[in-house]
Amino acid sequence: MKHRGRFGDYGGFYVPEVLIPVLEELEEAFYNFYEDRQFVTELADLSKNYAGRPSPLYHAKRFSEYVGFNVYLKREDLLHGGAHKVNNTLGQGLLAKYMGKTKLIAETGAGQHGLATAMIGALFGMETKVFMGVTDIERQSVNVHKMKLCGTKVIGVEGGTGTLKDAINDALRYWTAHVTDTFYLFGSACGPHPYPTIVKHFQRCIGEEARQQCLDQIGRLPDMVVACVGGGSNAIGIFSGFFDDKNVRLIGVEAGGRSVSEGRHAATLVAGRVGILHGAKAYLLQDDEGQVDETESVSAGLDYPAVGPEHCLLKDTGRAEYVAAEDEDVLDVFELLSKTEGILPALESSHALAYLVSQKGKLDPEQIAVVNLSGRGDKDVSIVEKHRPLLND
Amino acid sequence: MKTYKQVFSELKEQNNTALIPFFVLGDPDFDTSLEVIKASIDAGADILELGIPFSDPIADGPTIQKADIRAIRAGMNVAKALELVRKVKEHRDIPIGLLMYYNLVYQYGTEKFFKDFHEAGVNSVLIADLSIDDADEITGPAASAGLDTVFMATPVTDPERMKLVASKTTGFIYTVSVLGVTGSREKLSDTAEGLVGKLKELTDVPVCVGFGISTPEQAVAVAKAGADGVIIGSKIVSLVERNLGDRDKAIVEVSTFLAEVKNAI
Repeated sequence: MKHRGRFGDYGGFYVPEVLIPVLEELEEAFYNFYEDRQFVTELADLSKNYAGRPSPLYHAKRFSEYVGFNVYLKREDLLHGGAHKVNNTLGQGLLAKYMGKTKLIAETGAGQHGLATAMIGALFGMETKVFMGVTDIERQSVNVHKMKLCGTKVIGVEGGTGTLKDAINDALRYWTAHVTDTFYLFGSACGPHPYPTIVKHFQRCIGEEARQQCLDQIGRLPDMVVACVGGGSNAIGIFSGFFDDKNVRLIGVEAGGRSVSEGRHAATLVAGRVGILHGAKAYLLQDDEGQVDETESVSAGLDYPAVGPEHCLLKDTGRAEYVAAEDEDVLDVFELLSKTEGILPALESSHALAYLVSQKGKLDPEQIAVVNLSGRGDKDVSIVEKHRPLLND
Repeated sequence: MKTYKQVFSELKEQNNTALIPFFVLGDPDFDTSLEVIKASIDAGADILELGIPFSDPIADGPTIQKADIRAIRAGMNVAKALELVRKVKEHRDIPIGLLMYYNLVYQYGTEKFFKDFHEAGVNSVLIADLSIDDADEITGPAASAGLDTVFMATPVTDPERMKLVASKTTGFIYTVSVLGVTGSREKLSDTAEGLVGKLKELTDVPVCVGFGISTPEQAVAVAKAGADGVIIGSKIVSLVERNLGDRDKAIVEVSTFLAEVKNAI
């Protein structure tokens, strides 16, 4: 490897030897192409005309009124596929194409990254397999069906709790046996180097756009930028646009699950300690000996025991703050945003919104919060229905 | 304590190849695990490769994944692994290679982990998810604990890197004969032969071959290719799995199989 892939002491590439050459190849290709004119032009065209960038920054006035300060939504939910994931799959998919790879694999939790990969597999005519935990397949069946419609093979993973962690385990195992022709399109800003760097690069457009939109539409920078954190790709994407703006607070909201105090959650940065999983040193939910804990969250996309290495550094340096939102509050805000704005937020993104509700009445009315609405909630309707049956009225 | 060097040179004199069975420590439970391992020594094992179970073994196929879960559920942990190793060494002074994932070492404290396992009777450590790029994190502590290091070479490791692997390795090079995770395979790829040959040209460090070997014929092929040792994992673990609840039968089947391989190589 040319680079160590470290964020402070976090990150790195703790993988079996057999994966080293393919990660080296990926690193080399990324640094060859990411500023290549043809690559950049092609990606810009696809981002605009296929994915629908730039995404709007929307002043959610009725929601703002409810919480008592100004809330702007970065509408990544309006992108093709319904989430920010397409930014990364377009970038990595194009990289795969430039590398001459013909097959894609990916892991997925909520199915958003899986779907975004399936779309790109269809777009570039690449044979695509998506690994997905059996629990997630059940709770996100609509996305499974969409992936299949795009011609992708969805492979159910039974190990562990059948969630994102287990999907990554099996995707890595599959990759080990197919390194020569297969590109692993990793979905979050975690995993081994160079993925955290690559994913951040392709997601940073969120933050760059949002910053400029704040200046253009509001005439000033926001006081805080809030995003949900599972692996951390949408958060790193929007945070990175504001890193140098020291007066802008960056707040990451993790999955508090059933209960953080009872240990039934996926709030890695809030409650974990440093360990090594999936190729990176990062905060990790684990027992005393280092066996990885089972996690719990109403949102499949955040149901993950580790987190991206750069978030670990941002936590330690204090540049970003990390909190958790529990399932009940998340479900409340799902309904609240739907009722006040007519926007169904993904359960993942609802975590970020739940933090704002927790600040209701505590902030100056002039304050401005930008929230990364990283995905839309259509995929979650049946989950919400199960937890909160609609009354006949 | 018997060293790798002693075992490999003894075998070389007899024109023999080391038989190295792999077991998941504590699979399916502490006592059965101990008895099966002891039986494997009696059946002719020259070196043991012992794995500490981990919740997320990304380098392992389904057979060893399931064994890891069985062992963890039966209460296996680092303290019990130490105890199990001690008991194995009481039975026979045989070199032991320890295999595990980095997080278990990291949480225990690398220096203490190595020191404690060396004291229990372990000869070498192989961390499945730590490549030679980060070897510095363990070579110092391993040396001061008196442990040898084992690193991997694979069919996609280029010659330059093989040299580097050899330079960081003091025990033996664990050569992965096929692309992929652990698990029995009907056909062994013919890359094993070439790989062993290449490594032998580059280094004097002993070369052992593992991953995918499940029959005496495959073991013979690896031995003929010039390997110093043959590592058999998933096949043995599957014999344990096939006889859950019948310790005696597990012992008989593992012993019979190993004796057969030993005889063949």
